[in-house]
Amino acid sequence: MTSAVEVKGVTKKFKTVTALSNVSLTVGKGELFGIIGADGAGKTTLFRILCTLMLADEGRAEVLGFDARKEYRSIRSRIGYMPGRFSLYTDLSVEENLKFFATVFNTTVEENYELIADIYTQLEPFKKRMAGQLSGGMKQKLALCCALIHRPDLLLLDEPTTGVDAVSRREFWQMLGRLKEQGITILVSTPYMDEASLCDRVAFLQDGTILAVDTPVGITGLFTAPLFSVRANEKHKLLTRLRSYPHAKSVYAFGSSVHYTDHRPSASSEEIMRYLSESELQEITIERIEPGIEDTFMALMKTDDGSHHE
Amino acid sequence: MRVIGFLLQKEFLQIFRNKGMLPIIFIMPFIQLVILSNAATFDVRNVPFNLQDLDRTSLSERLSEQFTGSGYFQLTGESSTSPQALDVLVGRNADLVLVIPEGFEKELMRGGSAQVQLIINAEDGFSAGVIQGYTNDIITAFNRDLIPQLPGSAVGAPRQTISVRSSAWYNPELVYIDYMVPGILVVLVTLVGLFLSGMNVVREKEIGTIDQINVTPMKRYQFITGKLLPFWIIGLGELTLGLIIARFAFHVPMLGSYWLIYLVAGIYMLVVLGMGLLISTLTESQQQAMFIAWFFMVIFTLMSGLFTAIESMPHWAQNMTMANPVRHFVDIMRRVMLKGSGIREIATPLAILTADAGLMLTLAVNRYRKVSD
Repeated sequence: MTSAVEVKGVTKKFKTVTALSNVSLTVGKGELFGIIGADGAGKTTLFRILCTLMLADEGRAEVLGFDARKEYRSIRSRIGYMPGRFSLYTDLSVEENLKFFATVFNTTVEENYELIADIYTQLEPFKKRMAGQLSGGMKQKLALCCALIHRPDLLLLDEPTTGVDAVSRREFWQMLGRLKEQGITILVSTPYMDEASLCDRVAFLQDGTILAVDTPVGITGLFTAPLFSVRANEKHKLLTRLRSYPHAKSVYAFGSSVHYTDHRPSASSEEIMRYLSESELQEITIERIEPGIEDTFMALMKTDDGSHHE
Repeated sequence: MRVIGFLLQKEFLQIFRNKGMLPIIFIMPFIQLVILSNAATFDVRNVPFNLQDLDRTSLSERLSEQFTGSGYFQLTGESSTSPQALDVLVGRNADLVLVIPEGFEKELMRGGSAQVQLIINAEDGFSAGVIQGYTNDIITAFNRDLIPQLPGSAVGAPRQTISVRSSAWYNPELVYIDYMVPGILVVLVTLVGLFLSGMNVVREKEIGTIDQINVTPMKRYQFITGKLLPFWIIGLGELTLGLIIARFAFHVPMLGSYWLIYLVAGIYMLVVLGMGLLISTLTESQQQAMFIAWFFMVIFTLMSGLFTAIESMPHWAQNMTMANPVRHFVDIMRRVMLKGSGIREIATPLAILTADAGLMLTLAVNRYRKVSD
């Protein structure tokens, strides 16, 4: 057994909605694997199937070498699952929550303390506080501790950083890095593109279909069209103007600038500048840049969109 | 065992931390017993009554005095015509009008029979029945006392050869509190079992912790035991509190055995807890669960014979009550407390309760799944 998660042709439908369609995925042992996708892409459904809370309609899911449908008992004692929504007992204290989850996994807090020590020391001052009264970042840390307390081989983290401030997010990812060093395989989903580059490999999930699976570097390698970062005094007008340019492949807002890709591999910034200066736009700057993960994702989404609607 | 033990500890910790719920759990038995058992009485006293004496003789006066002196009726006015009497009834200034026609005394003295008219407000059929019973008693007594004094009696007025004398057994003074308290204790236990247990599991669904629990290797029986046992204990605790209040505050007799009551209550709690759990598996929010639980609670209570006699229900309804666990427990409580029935006498309802418990728990346990589709 070399892979921690093996998903083959998994399909899941809810009445009229297809949450996952023919998804196949392999996560290697010891990997920090990211599932990137917008809300409603099917991330949570995939996680629920993997942690044996839900059965797939079709296909097969293997977790740590066990079949998710038949050998769910073996899986449950070996995984740590952290649902997207904070779901610990708000009316129990930090300490009591941790002790509760240790007990239901037939272990004790002391037994695996060194695994969570790093995270738990930050919670220690508040150990008598009710979990419901913790800040968002602290809640995440407690949830992670509770998911780790039985030393799982695989961590399933469903959007652990959604709704958490930037500093806590960075800290959280640092913690994941240290857990990975301890040999724990981590499967994490996130709607944030910037977090994708922190993973060993990522899968892009869109409308229940996997668009691409690769390393962050490999993913950006999929991006071939020339990419320009364009700025001007009026962003909205700039967007409209660029969209009406006949060679435009894609135009989208990216922070304070606009990212523009061209159909022609030989496109140059001078040409675009010439086109834009014919309008009343001012303070125009154009810069050729290297694509990031988000650009790749936008491009992948676009091709996917096209195949759906045409 | 360690897991169940810890689960229990956790549940009790949460229950005792719930500042909104805890006082209610302990105050409820007092409020229910004190208010319900006093308010829900079938005693009809001080019925406002209107007199229409068209005879105005000493005999007619004697009859009306029998009414006012009985303690059941209170004279609120007099009328002289039928329309007036009707106005009084409609205006609810009286629930009973006694009409003594002209010539009442003359008829009686002549040795014949005289008639009086009783108009009873029967909006509430039950009270009307009770009022009619009282008036019959009064008139019978009036006849009995009067006949020997009447002139015709010597010539051989029909003498009553069979006299019916009724006496109430097991509740000789017909104290309604004695009758109500055992039933209200059942309602109390049902509330705890049905509402608290059902809400508790749905709450875990609402806050999402059920997912966390479901991915643990915890066994289904462990989870269910951990969830139901605390309320089983609280339910029996409430019953104890209720029995103490019944005994010392209301002086309700306890002729049977407490052990038997607790045996039945233990089984009965399984029925309601099973129902609560079943409701929680079928619902997604506490609101839904509350609504469904309330629906059953109302039907069960109304059809339990607690407030209205089952014997006076239509046949189909009587048959339906056979499936009603509240009915059987109310029945058993009354029989054991007031009649001192033993286990042999209550075997049938007890067997039905046991079957109900088995059915409910099986259904609920099967419906509770750790995996959703």
